[in-house]
Amino acid sequence: MSAVTSTAMTDDKPLLSVEHLTMRFGGLVANNDVSFVARAGEITALIGPNGAGKTTLFNCVTGFYTPTVGRLTLRHSDGKEFLLERMPGYRIAQQAGVARTFQNIRLFGGMSVLENLIVAQHNKLMRASGFAIAGLLGLPTYRAAENEALELAKYWLDRVKLTEFADWEAGNLPYGAQRRLEIARAMCTEPVLLCLDEPAAGLNPRESGDLAEILTFIRDARNPNGRQTGVLLIEHDMSVVMRISDHVVVLDYGRKISDGDPNSVKNDPAVIRAYLGEDEDADLPPEIAADLSVSAPAAQKGA
Amino acid sequence: MTMPSHAAGAPHVAAKAVDWSGSLRDAGFAAFVALLLTVPLVGLRTIDRPTGLGIEARPEEVVASVLLVFFGRLGLGLIGQGLALPVLFLALAAAAVGLAIPLPTQVLRLVLVAGGGIIALRAAFAVTTHRSKLTLAERDRKMDRVAAQVQHATKYIAPVAFIGAVLLPMTPLADRQLLDIGILLLTYIMLGWGLNIVVGLAGLLDLGYVAFYAVGAYSYALLAHYFGLSFWVCLPLAGLLAAFSGVLLGFPVLRLRGDYFAIVTLGFGEIVRIILVNWYQFTGGPNGISGIPRPSFFGLAEFSRTPAEGMAAFHELFGLEFSPLHRIVFMYYLILALALAVNLFTLRIRKLPLGRAWEALREDEIASASLGINRTNMKLAAFAIAAMFGGFAGSFFATRQGFISPESFTFIESAIILAIVVLGGMGSQAGVVVATLLVIGLPEAFRELADYRMLAFGMGMVVIMLWRPRGLLAHRDPTILLHGGKKPATGGAAR
Repeated sequence: MSAVTSTAMTDDKPLLSVEHLTMRFGGLVANNDVSFVARAGEITALIGPNGAGKTTLFNCVTGFYTPTVGRLTLRHSDGKEFLLERMPGYRIAQQAGVARTFQNIRLFGGMSVLENLIVAQHNKLMRASGFAIAGLLGLPTYRAAENEALELAKYWLDRVKLTEFADWEAGNLPYGAQRRLEIARAMCTEPVLLCLDEPAAGLNPRESGDLAEILTFIRDARNPNGRQTGVLLIEHDMSVVMRISDHVVVLDYGRKISDGDPNSVKNDPAVIRAYLGEDEDADLPPEIAADLSVSAPAAQKGA
Repeated sequence: MTMPSHAAGAPHVAAKAVDWSGSLRDAGFAAFVALLLTVPLVGLRTIDRPTGLGIEARPEEVVASVLLVFFGRLGLGLIGQGLALPVLFLALAAAAVGLAIPLPTQVLRLVLVAGGGIIALRAAFAVTTHRSKLTLAERDRKMDRVAAQVQHATKYIAPVAFIGAVLLPMTPLADRQLLDIGILLLTYIMLGWGLNIVVGLAGLLDLGYVAFYAVGAYSYALLAHYFGLSFWVCLPLAGLLAAFSGVLLGFPVLRLRGDYFAIVTLGFGEIVRIILVNWYQFTGGPNGISGIPRPSFFGLAEFSRTPAEGMAAFHELFGLEFSPLHRIVFMYYLILALALAVNLFTLRIRKLPLGRAWEALREDEIASASLGINRTNMKLAAFAIAAMFGGFAGSFFATRQGFISPESFTFIESAIILAIVVLGGMGSQAGVVVATLLVIGLPEAFRELADYRMLAFGMGMVVIMLWRPRGLLAHRDPTILLHGGKKPATGGAAR
């Protein structure tokens, strides 16, 4: 373990740096040369209109897609570096410590809430159970590890206020609770980077208030080894984004159009144009503008 | 049987006048369709004549089928219009007449008894749902609760069943036939529990499980045939070879999902069987392998009156009278122990990270990968372990029969084992036992009924699929509880 404190680390080397990321699906360019950084102990929000390529970018970071071009570097506080674009999906969660949630909730619906949180600690427990052999023989090392896992699960259950539902089937929870459980499950993998894909979608104002509280808690908390978690967030609910994020990246048509703290992004003309549209004909190429001005009166005549 | 949704609507139309002409027209149309279909399918039959194939007409059967369809359809229509009770009585009366009064033709009798019985069943069903005033969803929930209670009760039933199974050979009831049925049942229970690991826990629909059974059986038969190895050496070897073949199949196949996966496993099962048929020099081809040695008493003694040179005889070793039943009893205990080993393994693995990862994979593969679960390794483990248990069962099968041929490892075996797992309720250990008793035990018990038992078997399947589409005992208990005073018992207690 290096003696350098994590704050010093985040100052010069970000947790995640995305460099020149391009993702093509055939002729469709979902992400075009996107670069940004996310730091530990910060909430980095990724916003943009529908189809801007946010989820694609997420899938690249979490290993569900392999980017066409670009480099994704994740740095742990002890100086280890992981090139995410070269790792198979499950290893990104297992070794690099990237956890994610999904836009449409993906819980293990038939299993209990507690089981969901224990499954999340699979790799740790698998080692402790000697790849099931020690566990089958009932050796005490595994029992100790399982109790530890139970403690972590209880801690997060408490944090997301689901303790009383611990033995419920996850699929029977109300919607808001399922969202919270998915975050707790991701946190049980003890990640260095937590990626949340629209966690406030479908939540009522009170629930998204709770969510904001959980996210700021995750951002500010420190692990026993002094490590902080970085949060990468896709969100449409601007009130949540503006309230809790430290850094906002705006995508539109696969390109990054703005990057900065919430206030500067809010007043960026490029962002306003992307969200609210622009003055008509302002940026149109002259020949199209000419066409439009000719066809518009013609259409009126026809009608 | 065909339209259970009608039953719920029945009470509301009861007040309306009965549409007789409509019902008759409907039934007449159904009978006409039945006539069109049954003339070629049932009415004509090819028979072997010395001069070649001939055709024989069977008019009575056609008439019987058409009448069955007509009255059946009429009955269904009237039940749908709220006349369930009169239909019930009429159908029962018809069935009683068919049973009691000697009729000129056998066919007419069949029409009355079978048709009356089925319609009566349907009408009774309509009457009870009308009475109980439960909606379909409520009924499902209620049955789920009952299944859950049954499953909790297995905690107490299982030890009793276990003791019963252990004591069975010592009771005076235990004759050759009963023990043979017991061995057969236990073999299928073991296979069902083995397949349950892949299908029930890991959620991989394996249609070729019998391939591993075959690998196990042939491993023992060939090792004994060519190298003269004994059963007790071959048993672990057969398991290892089957597990190896599971991994071999798994590597290319596990990238597939759902239906594609099922089709490839089906193909693999057939490939294994076809290799066994065609590799004549090595496997004996369709003639199979005979003279497979019987197991010894743990290498200490043999179960024969005159043991081979240098071996003791079992009855002399224990100072008993010689009886050919000793070997059967030993076999019975052997398969009981093997099956229980599989059960114990599954009960334990469910509480370990490996088993939980399997269940997580069954629930959602993408989410599992996002938590760092190595999907390929987990699935391979499930495949290899289930294959190993299949291999154990296979080598037991070989030593019990003394003769094996590819005939024993056809697709229908895979289908039966899968039916056991699915009917029992995927992932339920107790369900496998209950389903084996139904699927294997009942046809064995009613062997005298000849072909009709398959008919009854098919009807039973349809009824279960209608009433309990997720299997008989499909309730799942969490493997770990945070606050539940009643912790589920560990180990062998809950099967």
